[in-house]
Amino acid sequence: MPSLPDSRGHFAEYGGRYVAETLMPALFELEKAYKQARRDPEFRRELERYSREYVGRPTPLHFAAHLTERLGGAKIYLKREDLCHTGAHKVNNTLGQALLAVRMGKTRITAETGAGQHGVASATMAAFFRRECEVFMGSLDVERQSLNVFRMKLLGAKVTAVDSGSRSLKDALNEALRDWIATVRNTYYLIGTAAGPHPYPMIVRDFQSVIGREARRQILKAEGRVPDVLVACVNGGSNAIGLFYPFIRDANVRMVGVEAGGLGLNTGSHAATLNAGTVGVLHGNKTYLLQDELGQIRETHSIAAGLDYPGVGPELAWLKDTGRAEYTAVTDAEALEALKVLSETEGIIPALESSHAVAHAIKLAPTMGKDQVMIVNLSGRGDKDMQTVARAFGVTL
Amino acid sequence: MANSGRIAAKFRELGARDEAALIPYIVAGDPDLETTGRLVIELEHRGADLIELGVPFSDPMADGPANQRAAARGLSSGASLHAILSMVKELRSRTEIPIVLFGYYNPIFHYGCERLCADAARAGIDGLLVVDLPPEEAAELRKPARENGLDLIYLLAPTTPLDRAQRIARSASGFLYYVSVTGVTGARAELASDLEEHVRRIKDVAALPVGVGFGISTPEQAARVAAFADAVIVGSALSLMIESNLRSPELVTAVGAMVGAMKDAMRAVRRCGEAEAAR
Repeated sequence: MPSLPDSRGHFAEYGGRYVAETLMPALFELEKAYKQARRDPEFRRELERYSREYVGRPTPLHFAAHLTERLGGAKIYLKREDLCHTGAHKVNNTLGQALLAVRMGKTRITAETGAGQHGVASATMAAFFRRECEVFMGSLDVERQSLNVFRMKLLGAKVTAVDSGSRSLKDALNEALRDWIATVRNTYYLIGTAAGPHPYPMIVRDFQSVIGREARRQILKAEGRVPDVLVACVNGGSNAIGLFYPFIRDANVRMVGVEAGGLGLNTGSHAATLNAGTVGVLHGNKTYLLQDELGQIRETHSIAAGLDYPGVGPELAWLKDTGRAEYTAVTDAEALEALKVLSETEGIIPALESSHAVAHAIKLAPTMGKDQVMIVNLSGRGDKDMQTVARAFGVTL
Repeated sequence: MANSGRIAAKFRELGARDEAALIPYIVAGDPDLETTGRLVIELEHRGADLIELGVPFSDPMADGPANQRAAARGLSSGASLHAILSMVKELRSRTEIPIVLFGYYNPIFHYGCERLCADAARAGIDGLLVVDLPPEEAAELRKPARENGLDLIYLLAPTTPLDRAQRIARSASGFLYYVSVTGVTGARAELASDLEEHVRRIKDVAALPVGVGFGISTPEQAARVAAFADAVIVGSALSLMIESNLRSPELVTAVGAMVGAMKDAMRAVRRCGEAEAAR
């Protein structure tokens, strides 16, 4: 298997650098800085030290004995990214990129955010490394995720509500790109998922791959072999590619990405890009998108604000075409039910995003043998979602 | 190859008169395609030398608020690429003004690069400018554009190093579009202080005419830029003028008057420099 992306940032037909000329030199600069950093033992040492002492890595690989018993099939392990500082895997990437921003001498860090998890993780690292921080967030998400808005402000970030378009994640990304076009000389744009123009999909994948590297080591220790299947939720796809990537050469390990089925794939109200999308170009990369027949981007829906984006990272698109990864979707209702089940069986309240992965695991495990092994990426914790979940269950807080 | 050279011919003609081109940008379908057609004719009468027709896209990443709203109006009036080309085809019985489609890549990619170039040439389009398609990604559009006689126009930015500008200039045709500000489209109170120097450096390494756009909104600014650039591109100011006349029967004449004032100011300025730009 060739090493991807190629020198032009392509994963076969996907990826690339589809941006306005103003940003092209900045992308070259970033790629150069990243390649130097990656080879620099000092950079790697720093990343490793902060990962351990600040983020709390390695995160546990928890054998979910009660859930396994209840489902009566494959042994289920949970990769506990929810235990990372700030409550989700997002910080693996923001730590790495913030270190890069410092190294590049950028004084200001910007980010887009949907649910607010990436915004919080960016604001956290900006505070830690004493950088100015501005987070762009769709005004609809600002209303839905007021708790995370408050957290970001507490961390010293400026939160800018974006009123254009569908007022959610894709519009936040548009605005972050517009800001970057104007501020590119002093600003590091810290993208939150394994998408966007090259080299971002590669950088985010590399920083998130710590999830899969740890999980692989941990499962070898626990079971003496690689797992039969990996399950992760997918939207932009950073937690999925982070888990999958170190297993790509383990040909017998199935990789299953679970997308946001919203109200159901047949309703049109979903964010299941790889299940129901077509190829196009948005936000700097060619990939699968949810769009109409004229190439205008469609609005999406998911109960999980962090899965509410109409695109997906180019490497996951490539893994779909090659058949190396498979993709399915679960509905809002199934994700909610999974959140309840995991809370009751394991005493772990997952984020609504991660609940999508759990929901599929609940379907898949009983179809597998008791000697088979599954790893589910528990990408974040559910604290941020309690208002949404209470509302869905008809509870007034 | 029916349209081949309409842009080059226009720059040659202007060059002979030592005059800079005025290029208005209007979003097709803002507020409807019928009005866009009337605007093209009116703007030509008022002194426009070339028209940039914006193809509306749901996610215009390089545009400021004025052009974002214009694109939203264009989308809601149904200005698809297909409808825009039909409109231009009809216009061609009434005007020979060079017309460039200006837009984002996704609608073009969906239409199909080869099919779009063939249909656009047949409709009487002269060039394409795709904001989010730098030369590195343009392979699938470059060949059909050339085969159909369409100029592929590229952006250069203040952040573009000179050696890169030179490389881009070599693969471009028609003219080069220099983005006058490090930022998105939209009116600015002040032009960049080093704008003239930037444009001169590009002209030193490029054989094509150099147009300047992004942020130019007044006749005074247009005149100042016309003194050293080969073309002045005005967009957001016109989108705002359309917006403030949406319910007015005077919309077309109001936008025309603005363009007329700009061209008058440009003609009044003494051009310092080489008239050979358009070879």
